[in-house]
Amino acid sequence: MTRISVKVDGTGYEDDVEPRLLLIHYLRDHLGRTGTPVGCDTGNCGACTVDLDGSTVKSCSVLAVQADGGEVTTVQGLAENGELHPLQKAFHDQHALQCGYCTPGMLMAARDLLAENPHPTPEDVRHGLEGNLCRCTGYQNIVKAVLAAAGEQREATS
Amino acid sequence: MTTSSEPEIGRARLRKEDARLITGQTNWTDNITAPGLLHLAILRSPMAHARLDRVDVAAARERPGVIAAFSGADLAAEQGSLPCAWPVTEDIVLPDHPPVAVDEVRYAGDPVAVVVARDAYAAADALEAIEVDYTPLDPVLDLEAALADDSPLVHADKDTNRCFSYHQPCGDYEAAKARADVVLHRRYHQQRLIPSAMEPRSVVVLPVAAAGEYTLYSATQIPHILRVMLAVTTGIPEHKLRVIAPDVGGGFGSKLQVYGEEVLALILAKRLGRPVKWTETRSEGNLATHHGRGQIQDIEIAATRDGTLLGLKADLLADMGAYLMLLTPSIPILGATMFPAIYKMDAYDFRCTGVFTTQTPTDAYRGAGRPEATYAIERIMDDLAAELGRDPLELRRHNWIKHEEFPYTTVAGMTYDSGNYEAATDRAQVLFGYDELVAERAKRNEQGDIFRLGIGISTYTEMCGLAPSRWLRDMRSGAGGWEAASIRMLPTGKAEVITGTSPHGQGHATAWSQIAADVLGIPFEDVEVLHGDTKLAPVGLDTYGSRSLVVGGTAVYEAAQKVVAKARQVAAHLMEANEADLEFSNGAFTVQGSPEAQKSIQEVAFAAFTSHHLPDGMQPTLSAEHVTDPDTFSFPHGTHLCAVEVDTETGAVKIRSYVCVDDIGKVVNPLIVEGQVHGGLAQGIAQALYEEAVYDEDGNLTSGTLADYLVPGAPDLPEFVTDRTETPATSNPMGVKGVGEAGTIASTPAVVNAVVDALRPLGVTEIRMPCTPERVWRAIQEAKEASR
Repeated sequence: MTRISVKVDGTGYEDDVEPRLLLIHYLRDHLGRTGTPVGCDTGNCGACTVDLDGSTVKSCSVLAVQADGGEVTTVQGLAENGELHPLQKAFHDQHALQCGYCTPGMLMAARDLLAENPHPTPEDVRHGLEGNLCRCTGYQNIVKAVLAAAGEQREATS
Repeated sequence: MTTSSEPEIGRARLRKEDARLITGQTNWTDNITAPGLLHLAILRSPMAHARLDRVDVAAARERPGVIAAFSGADLAAEQGSLPCAWPVTEDIVLPDHPPVAVDEVRYAGDPVAVVVARDAYAAADALEAIEVDYTPLDPVLDLEAALADDSPLVHADKDTNRCFSYHQPCGDYEAAKARADVVLHRRYHQQRLIPSAMEPRSVVVLPVAAAGEYTLYSATQIPHILRVMLAVTTGIPEHKLRVIAPDVGGGFGSKLQVYGEEVLALILAKRLGRPVKWTETRSEGNLATHHGRGQIQDIEIAATRDGTLLGLKADLLADMGAYLMLLTPSIPILGATMFPAIYKMDAYDFRCTGVFTTQTPTDAYRGAGRPEATYAIERIMDDLAAELGRDPLELRRHNWIKHEEFPYTTVAGMTYDSGNYEAATDRAQVLFGYDELVAERAKRNEQGDIFRLGIGISTYTEMCGLAPSRWLRDMRSGAGGWEAASIRMLPTGKAEVITGTSPHGQGHATAWSQIAADVLGIPFEDVEVLHGDTKLAPVGLDTYGSRSLVVGGTAVYEAAQKVVAKARQVAAHLMEANEADLEFSNGAFTVQGSPEAQKSIQEVAFAAFTSHHLPDGMQPTLSAEHVTDPDTFSFPHGTHLCAVEVDTETGAVKIRSYVCVDDIGKVVNPLIVEGQVHGGLAQGIAQALYEEAVYDEDGNLTSGTLADYLVPGAPDLPEFVTDRTETPATSNPMGVKGVGEAGTIASTPAVVNAVVDALRPLGVTEIRMPCTPERVWRAIQEAKEASR
């Protein structure tokens, strides 16, 4: 067992974990942060995407011990003071989800994309979300939602 | 009382479901936990076909955290055989299908033993301690070779790999062929596909052992059917079993199943008296969740020189895989009547042979039988057009059923209630810029451009909305096809809709709210939809086959009408008026001629609750239920046009534009419809260009992970242009048609037709799906060789 100290969605945790424990299983099974799901076991689908210290990781491909001393943001930490994140609102407004299983990872990946490129083209969005699979939407409304959120962020900062 | 007069049916309402899903406040089956929860793990066969000489779980039982471990033999007395509910012929071969193999494994992934442990890691570790001796047997992989007399057998006790032979002759095909000027024969391949819902399968069973009661959560499309089948399979009385489909992350047919893992979790929870969970990994799921498609199609079409169709023949070999699961043999048969599609002809002959192979069982995948039919007819229509030197769109126009001919009974005996192929096609041609693209294609061909332009057409129809119960009876299905709904008005005027459909992404909570709000005249926000739990919504037949709106939504509509009818009686009594003199609109009853006196339906609901002033003999409360059993199917149709650019040097295909105009009758929520179309297109395009379950010569699945099985990502798909025409269905009161599978059914042939069209000037006439760059490049090289 290894002692780790991690901040998740603003709350600090200290736990003894097996060195082999995956970050996603730590979040889900140890902390009960089940908002982030698991979609595959090869790092391809992106459903488990979270933010670790400012950049996205696929939490099925990171060990919990690697997050020691770090700060994790999941889909459950996106809304602030009861206000939805612009991306969450845009996904709802643009009907960018159906079953919703990919949505937590998609939102986190899109957030990272907009942080790096606040003015993406539709092509930029498609390539930026390449690591996140959706089986329901054909991506069209996801692209629309990310572009809409980008527009809203620009308005908010101008 | 609502003041809104805009009809709810037809509004682009944002979804009620989203609030939970975008914030992570979800209830996927794998989220569920319980005190003392145990984790099930399954050891699976690494071989396609082998005899089990020894399965020894003793060492696994000694591993830390392990509570129990069992071989198939240990479970033989209670595990039963997994059900096939649709034996399509009288003499179909129905092999035993134990959830854990007992003496032989028949596909790579067939369960061999199970471990139950205190956590999932310990369970997975303990699998490695199980010792198994296998004697390899010959795999059976090729559909034609499997039918040869000297083929190894998947089920030795059955003496054949032929599961069934089905024949449906319609008219005299040979006579039609004899009159033809042109007869084309083509062989098309429907590759195996892996449905790949984003949520892996998961099941949790919570037992109350002393009472013999069980609650089973499953990532399933079919909680109601699952409950019946689990009761029958395990002997646990149906009324002691509650099945819940909580949030379910997509299905596409793959969760329309009664899986061995569901049986195992249940019987192990019963045996151990402890809660049990099983969640598959993706690579486990690729082996063990049923596959789709898998057909060889021999198609023959007979026509006159002027392009008039005379007859069509379809002869299929359908890959069942190793066992028959819930609907396995019925899947190709669901396409039996749809090969003639929208075209008029004199004769049609359909044959299908089901074949066992040592591969993962096949079953429903989005479209289930109809994409295969549509692909074959739409591909061969293009080939016929090329043969006759006709424009493929004009050839279709020449042969299709005209809008004034509906209702029309096809050569296959299906009566299409409505349609307007001219309107959808005209609209699609304009949106696509058909004439301009035809001109550009000619120019590029003339110039010998490296990047060839291809235009692909698919003028599809399909049958959906499973299904009339009597039709299902005649087709030997084990169950009917009705759907139930009940609506109760609460004392405060809110309404609960209880539906037997079981959504997993389709947005029923939103759409059913719209239907109920529209009929009851109450605010959309005042409706709650309950589903997916056999205790809350006890009557239902679940969600698949684009049936939910046409059958289940209609039941909601009819139940709401019944609520209004009862409310009218109560209102008349309260208002001391004749029922016949009451008008009902926007949720309020008024008396003709004196509009100032009115009772809202909310006031009526409260009066029905207090029951202080009800008519003599009237039952208190305001509620109603309705079961819809349709007389016929729903026949959506449309025209899809695809333009591709093919790099003739590398074989790379790029979709340049994709236009679809679908006619799904009356629309309840255009936003949801558009989403369904987008997702359907993505999956149909994926079959055309990207996806294939591949087995090597030993029967190992080589596309066992999402790294090897190419589910398209955002950069792999184009921006779609979608539009609709609206020809209301005449077979249900709202005029609605199904839409869940239409995009998938239509798009695959549109894309492949485009690829072949681009390369026809180079002599290419056929490319097997998926049309990968390598296959396209090879087809070009082979055509070059042949022309030398």
